Amino acid sequence: MLGLNSRDFKLFAIVVVMTLAAPILLNPFPVDSALGQSFNAGYPALMQRFVIFGLLAIGFNILFGLTGYLSFGHAAFLGVGSYAAVWMFKLLSYNIIPAMILSVVVAGLFSVVIGYVCLRRSGIYFSILTLAFAQMSYALAYSVLSPITNGETGLQVYSDDPQVLMSQGDPIVPHLFGLEMNSSVTWKLGGWEFIFQNGYYLAAVFMIAGFYLSIRIFRSPFGLMLRAIKSNQTRMSYTGMNTKPYMLAAFVISGCYAGLAGGLLSAMDPLTGAERMFWTASGEIVVMAILGGVGTLIGPVLGAGLIKYLENIVSKINDTILHNWFAFMPDWLDNLLVAIIHPFIGKGWHLSLGVLFMAVVIFLPGGLVQGGQKLGGLFRRRAKPAETETDSVVEANSKTPAE
Amino acid sequence: MGILEVKGVNKRFGGLQALGDVNLSVVENTVHAIIGPNGAGKSTLLNCLVGKLIPDSGSVLFDGQSVLGRKPHEINQMGISRVFQTPEIFADLTVMENVMIPCFARRDGAFRMHAIESVRHEGEIIAQAEAILADVNMVNKRDMVASSLSRGDKRRLEMAMCLVQEPRLLLLDEPTAGMARADTNNTIDLLKEIKQKRNITMCIIEHDMHVVFSLAERITVLAQGRPLVEETPENIKGHPKVREAYLGEAQV
Amino acid sequence: MDAFILQILNGLDKGSAYALIALGLTLIFGTLGVVNFAHGALFMIGAFCAVTMQRILGLSRTVIDETQTDFLGNPMAVQVPYVQDWFGAAAGATIQDWSVPLAFFLTVPVMLLVGWGMERGLIKHFYKRPHADQILVTFGLAIVIGEIIKAFYGANPIQTPMPSAFVGTIDMGRYLGLGEGAVAYPTWRLIYFFFSAIIIAAVFAFLQFTTFGMVVRAGMADRETVGMLGIDIDKRFTLMFGLAAAVAGLAGMMYAPILSPHYNIGMDFLVLSFVVVVVGGMGSLPGAVLAGFLLGIMQSFFSNPAFKGFIVDALRLNDTFTGTVINGLDQIIIYLVAIVILLTRPRGLLGRKGVMEE
Repeated sequence: MLGLNSRDFKLFAIVVVMTLAAPILLNPFPVDSALGQSFNAGYPALMQRFVIFGLLAIGFNILFGLTGYLSFGHAAFLGVGSYAAVWMFKLLSYNIIPAMILSVVVAGLFSVVIGYVCLRRSGIYFSILTLAFAQMSYALAYSVLSPITNGETGLQVYSDDPQVLMSQGDPIVPHLFGLEMNSSVTWKLGGWEFIFQNGYYLAAVFMIAGFYLSIRIFRSPFGLMLRAIKSNQTRMSYTGMNTKPYMLAAFVISGCYAGLAGGLLSAMDPLTGAERMFWTASGEIVVMAILGGVGTLIGPVLGAGLIKYLENIVSKINDTILHNWFAFMPDWLDNLLVAIIHPFIGKGWHLSLGVLFMAVVIFLPGGLVQGGQKLGGLFRRRAKPAETETDSVVEANSKTPAE
Repeated sequence: MGILEVKGVNKRFGGLQALGDVNLSVVENTVHAIIGPNGAGKSTLLNCLVGKLIPDSGSVLFDGQSVLGRKPHEINQMGISRVFQTPEIFADLTVMENVMIPCFARRDGAFRMHAIESVRHEGEIIAQAEAILADVNMVNKRDMVASSLSRGDKRRLEMAMCLVQEPRLLLLDEPTAGMARADTNNTIDLLKEIKQKRNITMCIIEHDMHVVFSLAERITVLAQGRPLVEETPENIKGHPKVREAYLGEAQV
Repeated sequence: MDAFILQILNGLDKGSAYALIALGLTLIFGTLGVVNFAHGALFMIGAFCAVTMQRILGLSRTVIDETQTDFLGNPMAVQVPYVQDWFGAAAGATIQDWSVPLAFFLTVPVMLLVGWGMERGLIKHFYKRPHADQILVTFGLAIVIGEIIKAFYGANPIQTPMPSAFVGTIDMGRYLGLGEGAVAYPTWRLIYFFFSAIIIAAVFAFLQFTTFGMVVRAGMADRETVGMLGIDIDKRFTLMFGLAAAVAGLAGMMYAPILSPHYNIGMDFLVLSFVVVVVGGMGSLPGAVLAGFLLGIMQSFFSNPAFKGFIVDALRLNDTFTGTVINGLDQIIIYLVAIVILLTRPRGLLGRKGVMEE
């Protein structure tokens, strides 16, 4: 269905349902309960980040997962997309359609240039170069190109901006033909409260479309070529394939995804700054993909969701909350535990992130998806080893090519 | 006029003359072997043919067109395939995927953006790939990951990947190096079969005289970067110059 | 001419820092085949060794001094550093004043230990893993080290003064024969340059003239062959890692008075050092040093307003957008050079074929 095989279609359907129902699924606890305050994730600002960073990670995975080229500069494209979108808001109007188009186009062009230079080398050189160019973009945005980016202050829309397409009575927040991004419908049900926000659903639709496209790419001859490049470049060229345009195409597609994600960030909140391009931001994208499972379809989305969720929870926890949790323990143990955990919580989120990152690379290089498969394999005790990947292009027993 | 014409090729690495004035002519539909002791320049010559190295002087014509300065993938698209000393296959992909890639290369050329179509719907490609797997008796292994194949099967797979492109010239770089005698014989049989069925022009670089004399119709002997003689196998066997070059190297 | 020389001199200190980090990076991936994204963190640890030394020497006890009173008329509490107690006031103050150079005795053991621990505890397990994994795990480590430093020392840059004897400038004009006062150059930067030059020379001498160095160089050329000779190369490479860590640490320690250390300093320098390595040619030690100085000097030229003003004037770009960009070029000049080098000489200035290209 939809040109997908049955397994992919099931996965896609699950993702669609989960994404659309997220405002309900992510609010399992009553809004006033202690658990709800700490662990509910179903509010729009956070859910937006789930789907936008999910989209970013899906795009990153098309590059790293399929070709094995590790880009450390993906945040640059995110930033470029954000700036492009805000400029559209400033020049034309708050309608997000031109903003989304320009953010993808600009990020795409930018990735053609950076990709062309970086892809002259492979392996670690490539990683180093992408990191360097991301830092260069950061420096450009932060100071050199201040006339365009508004430097440290960050780019935002002012009331005296041209906004030539704006007519009387148009909303003064980002909107889709009048549908304001930040307006929402709240549904109260007993102690529960579910918020359905336009912005979230717009971002979700883009994420779903991006996910669908990535499945198609994974299963296409193009995807097969990319995996072949990852596996053996020598054989690839002696098979008559020119690896350069394939790589560049993957890089640009991936850059466009990041640009779109950046544009969406601006559409949710029309304000952007250079810090979106800083190397830690690039690192975070890599962590998301690795944590979820590089090269798998669903892994990066899971990784992005988990990282953003943890970031949200971990940043909210403070010593008082910890003391409450450990109240049943003897005081000395309580204090000791709080002292140990203290550096990791609140502002220490990046420390937790770094530790998590290392732990995943060391112990679970395949990420959560592989971990889940290993677990599943253990439970099912199948005679043959668990299939490690769901990505075999031609299914094991379908000999008829037309499904 | 052969399908492959090498004329006056020279290649130096620093002070070492790796190839000196090499001439070679491979006639269409024959098996041509290039032999020679270690360091005779066999591999250098091969690398000049496939675009990995560019000779300092001389010309290499394939079917009347120069291959010099072209990239390996362009040369492959002209119709030259190469089998490596250790099989170069896509180790992370399945056997079926391995053979499908050259099918795509043959149909779509060096690059084509086909990112939306599904591989499963490429009936023609799948049929081609399955046919070649049947030819090399690997149908039952089509869904195995290539890295888990035995050494002999890897060699078969690589051969299948080259053959499915229907190259006009197949270059083989010591296809039996490091193989046990039984494996070597299997490879010889495989090559003979290919020759019979497809009538492909082959150029083999080989150390093992047993392989060379079982297959070759013409033999060029290289020594110290220079071609010594070019003859039929019968005439090579007793040739005094060859004996001299191989003195103590192998029984001829 | 004077200004020209001053700009070259100004580039030397930053160039030396780049060169020292790039040297360590090159040594590590030349020998171990690992790209160490945590190498900048080692530089940072060195810088914080200087901070720590300063704090250790500043440890003091509180004494009530009856002779002085504070603004409320109570006897004043005075902090007396222990070193002044032990060595007398004058000598103690001198020791405190020299805390950065004295940090040498803290930095070297700490860095050797950190390097050893990193190699044995982490990197060793990644030799056989793909390069991407090595990059990722060292990158994660860099984040962790940076955050730990932040947890202990806070996020703000910490002033780490140089010995007062080296405060101020030295009149280079006199030494270079350009006339009195023509080229005034900060003394500490000159010291930094000579210090780096000595370390670079020591590293090269060590590699050139010792058996150990010979094995390391052979290992850089071809690891497997050396392994086959029956030399226990792993143990030597552990030491190598410690050495590279010490070089980076010392570079950071001495740089602390020039740039107040903060927890992000490591990554800032690492990214630029990577560019240095790429420009110099991966795997080439002289390339790393050469490119380090070259880019440092280049950056110095472009951070000089007079030089940029000259370009802007010459091109008649005053008050234009391009003019503004040229004025910001110091931020990105290194990257622009890297692009040009990559497009023209993909292997870098002194790069060899086939180093780390798989």
